[in-house]
Amino acid sequence: MNNDITSALNALYDRYGYCRYKMSKFEEYDLYAKNKDFLISDGVITFTDRNGKLMALKPDVTLSIVKNTCDGKGVQKLYYNENVYRVSKSTKNFKEIMQVGLECIGDIDEYCIAEALTLAAASLGALSENAVLCVSDLDILSQTLEFIGVGEEKRREAFGLIGEKNLHGLRSLTDEEGFELIKKLLGIRCEAKKAVKEIEKLLCGAVANETLSKFSRVMNAVSVTGYADKVTVDLSVVDDIHYYNGFVFKGYVEGAPAAVLSGGQYDRLMAKMKRSSEAIGFAVYLDLLDQLNGGKDGYDCDVLLLYSDEDDIGVLMKNVDLLVKEGYTVSVRRSKDNVRSKKTMKICGGEVKTVE
Amino acid sequence: MNKYLNIALPKGRLGEKIYDTFEKAGYGCPSIRENSRKLIFESEETGVRYFWVKPSDVAIYVERGAADIGVAGKDILLEYEPDVYELLDLKEGVCRMAVAGKKDFRDDTGKTLRVATKFTNITEKYYLGKGRDIDVIKLNGSIELAPVLGLSDVIVDIVETGTTLRENDLAVIEEIVPISARLIANKANYKFKSDETDALVRALGKIVGERT
Repeated sequence: MNNDITSALNALYDRYGYCRYKMSKFEEYDLYAKNKDFLISDGVITFTDRNGKLMALKPDVTLSIVKNTCDGKGVQKLYYNENVYRVSKSTKNFKEIMQVGLECIGDIDEYCIAEALTLAAASLGALSENAVLCVSDLDILSQTLEFIGVGEEKRREAFGLIGEKNLHGLRSLTDEEGFELIKKLLGIRCEAKKAVKEIEKLLCGAVANETLSKFSRVMNAVSVTGYADKVTVDLSVVDDIHYYNGFVFKGYVEGAPAAVLSGGQYDRLMAKMKRSSEAIGFAVYLDLLDQLNGGKDGYDCDVLLLYSDEDDIGVLMKNVDLLVKEGYTVSVRRSKDNVRSKKTMKICGGEVKTVE
Repeated sequence: MNKYLNIALPKGRLGEKIYDTFEKAGYGCPSIRENSRKLIFESEETGVRYFWVKPSDVAIYVERGAADIGVAGKDILLEYEPDVYELLDLKEGVCRMAVAGKKDFRDDTGKTLRVATKFTNITEKYYLGKGRDIDVIKLNGSIELAPVLGLSDVIVDIVETGTTLRENDLAVIEEIVPISARLIANKANYKFKSDETDALVRALGKIVGERT
């Protein structure tokens, strides 16, 4: 299933002019040591290479891409399919995760942001019919927190509480008026165009006009695409403010227990890595999709074709070939062997006949 | 997908109190009161499905999406840091996470402080914030015994009335954080059951006197 999804996503990114970026499995450990907080999990698998350098199996792809891109080359649009190695929060052991994602690096304008959001929504559409992309804006949230008197020292805590939709926690950080404002913002849950209007109404005077109108222009641009029904505004979506800024987003599909897509603008990471370019990107975590129901409806194949020593294998082969060409999945066996099939067939007089 | 709102409740006295609150809020499920060995209870009328799980497992059921909603103590949320929404303080099971030690305890800051606890993550974070070097001793029960027998200098544990501490000649030295039961929700499932979840939060909020 994952291979089909990877191909579908690659084809999608190809259609929008993104180029495949293939990278080496290993990276110098130094890169991750310097940007530890950016990594989702703590542990990194390291080893010493033959020159005595400490190397790591990639726990993240974005850092490697940023490291290998140059400033001043216009806009670079890249996508990747890579395995990353992270520590599982529950088992505390390393696991290999297939990740597909894209990065847009350079002079990022509003079109680039709208395109990344659209591709994120389209990626979710390729995973499931019932999917939703939740979009937020860290600049809007930061300015709102400043407006309601939440100082820099409390900002990180406030973002944590916003991410938890923890209203009772937020109440202690601001006055009644500020609390009501943040409560209304977090309560907004409707299609993008309507949500933008509500946000503009609530935050007029609290947040810079330019920040609001940029958000509005981008979200309205996304609304005119065929994926508008998958995009909602949810200001509880937050990410580490030391790396991310502006638009951040997460994608969910029904049946998967956590976000299967995560992304945003990471100009602050670029600055930390001494790059003057801006950037936006997202990753799709394919490991979570294993938990979704596959397309087999509980069957191993469409047809179980039983044969015995009396059957002519030439006739058998011909009929298997015909069934496969008709689009059936066929398992050919001497006995049932616990195979779950939609129907069971046998060769009778040179032709296949349904017996069950 | 699943028409029911799946709710994980913590087994035990606190869980039963919490269920009473849900029932008052209009989310009753009469079969839960029957004395049976069943693990899952459904009410088609109110659209909820309850299941009792070990209190420390509630957050796991919710984080992994087996339950849409659950009720977990703030101590569990701080210790395991599950990626869930924390939608409401239910104001039940109110107590505090505290540092306790012998009544005559004096902190010798020239030495590493030995701390016995069930809550290693909360303990490490608390002392990291204070810049104090500690040696964490992970215990699974009868934490109060550790300073009495000299296994540790202090303990970090939940204190409700303080009776157990007093009876063992121990006292609270510092309070770390107040604790109570919280309503939590799976972030992904919430996206697809937000109307039902929000209605439940509003109804419970009224009961616990919160304005949500």
